[in-house]
Amino acid sequence: MKRDVAVLGVGQTKFGSHPDKTLPELFAEAFFEAFDSSNIELKDIEAIYFGNFVGEITDGAANLGGFIADEIGLRGIPAYRFEGACASSSVAFREAYLAVKHGIYDCVLVGGAEKLYSAGTPIGTRALATALDSAYEVNSGLTFPGVFALIARMYAKVYDIPLEKLREKIAHVSVKNHKYGAMNPKAQFYNKFGDLKVEDVLNSRMICSPLTLFDCCPMTDGASAVIIATADFAKDRVDEPIYVRGAGQASAGSLFRQKWDIVKALPRKMSAEMAYKEAGMSPKDIDVAFIHDCFTIAEVIASEAMGFFEYGKGADAVEEGLTWADGEIPINPDGGLIGKGHPVGATGTAQIYSAVKLLRGELDFVKVDAETAITDTLGGDFGTLVNIILSVHRR
Amino acid sequence: MFKDFFSALMEGKLIGVKCKDCGEITCPPKSTCNSCGSRNLERIELSGKGKIVSYTVTYVAPLGYDAEVPYVVAMVELDEGAWIVGRLDVDAEKADKEDMIGKRVEVYGKEFPTEQFYPDKQRRVVPMFKIVE
Repeated sequence: MKRDVAVLGVGQTKFGSHPDKTLPELFAEAFFEAFDSSNIELKDIEAIYFGNFVGEITDGAANLGGFIADEIGLRGIPAYRFEGACASSSVAFREAYLAVKHGIYDCVLVGGAEKLYSAGTPIGTRALATALDSAYEVNSGLTFPGVFALIARMYAKVYDIPLEKLREKIAHVSVKNHKYGAMNPKAQFYNKFGDLKVEDVLNSRMICSPLTLFDCCPMTDGASAVIIATADFAKDRVDEPIYVRGAGQASAGSLFRQKWDIVKALPRKMSAEMAYKEAGMSPKDIDVAFIHDCFTIAEVIASEAMGFFEYGKGADAVEEGLTWADGEIPINPDGGLIGKGHPVGATGTAQIYSAVKLLRGELDFVKVDAETAITDTLGGDFGTLVNIILSVHRR
Repeated sequence: MFKDFFSALMEGKLIGVKCKDCGEITCPPKSTCNSCGSRNLERIELSGKGKIVSYTVTYVAPLGYDAEVPYVVAMVELDEGAWIVGRLDVDAEKADKEDMIGKRVEVYGKEFPTEQFYPDKQRRVVPMFKIVE
């Protein structure tokens, strides 16, 4: 029997630098916020779905499920660790959602933690590169900014936009997301770069041409947590359950094996369509989107693949203001990965944190009226894609 | 299997597999056809010629690659249809000034020191792209 599923409480640490905490300690902070706003007892939580990407490399830590459970006082219950690169906690969320939907559990904890800032840029960059083809891509020194730099040049060619013109257009993603990130007290760049200009993005340090430092999201330490349960369980405990209406996931292999599909982010289209179909919705039913803007160009191609704009028009859309908080489809009004930070394994459930807060009218630093939201999390170079649709409406 | 690919590359041969069902050429080789997923494959040698689809000059490298910056990573579409990733052997400055996309290249292998996370613990071979006109 399938059951409706809803989010109870959500939690997120401040994103940025947390060298003083272990991954379980950092996660506990996010969990306590989620738990304290869920009106449940510890014994209600039947399992833990935890996302982490590179704990082995940054903290010498694996087998994290049990350590997380123990840290938060839940020693004994099943605790799983999920890895899907930057989409780790979104994969965890989808698995948790499916388990509750299909009657395996009634109430579970989902979340993630990562400490990339504390690892430092060289180790962090190498750790992130483990999400690429280890034999055939990393050997050339390809990095994640490199992947999206390749895609940016392909985008310019395919849609016949001069590269310098494209750089200007996509710089608006950074300007927009830094504006909201500077307003978000939990963001890594809170009170910073709020008045960034297009010229600042173009003239910042080149990382992988044509992408500069401000085209990239930062390295971040952080954690996030979400408690989900059957809708019937949730409605007796919280005033505003946020319903999980659909969840999609798709996969792909090495970047080079995807050929021209990478400009259209084909796995993302598959994942988004799976989520829309389950929700009985189309992109027109979505009021706000939390999209994986690991790089400026990444947000643009995602906004197209998810059906908000025609292919080749996403860069124009951000330049014209259509994706700003007061635009026709607000994208990343919480700052996104660029403004808020990107603690890889915690990013997916942090998107859900912002979406739930916004749908409840509790994201008080930015004004967006929305009843239905979608999240979008990308792991690797399209290897793992997850989309989650959340709504104030049960059906 | 990946070691065979790089050993052949160091001997000047670019190897791949051809699908006996759909005709697709997969390079570097994979356990199944990149187009239809078939296991009905035969090993072939490719021409090693192709054109640049995209590239990037890398200024910030991962641990283990820092000594090599700036370097130019490129993605090449081979004449047989497969795409591969490697390095373009042109100056970073030239690659940033001129548009390299569409230029014809020839592939060869070059050995670099391996690093702790690379799957080959003896050496790291990189496909290099030489511009040909």
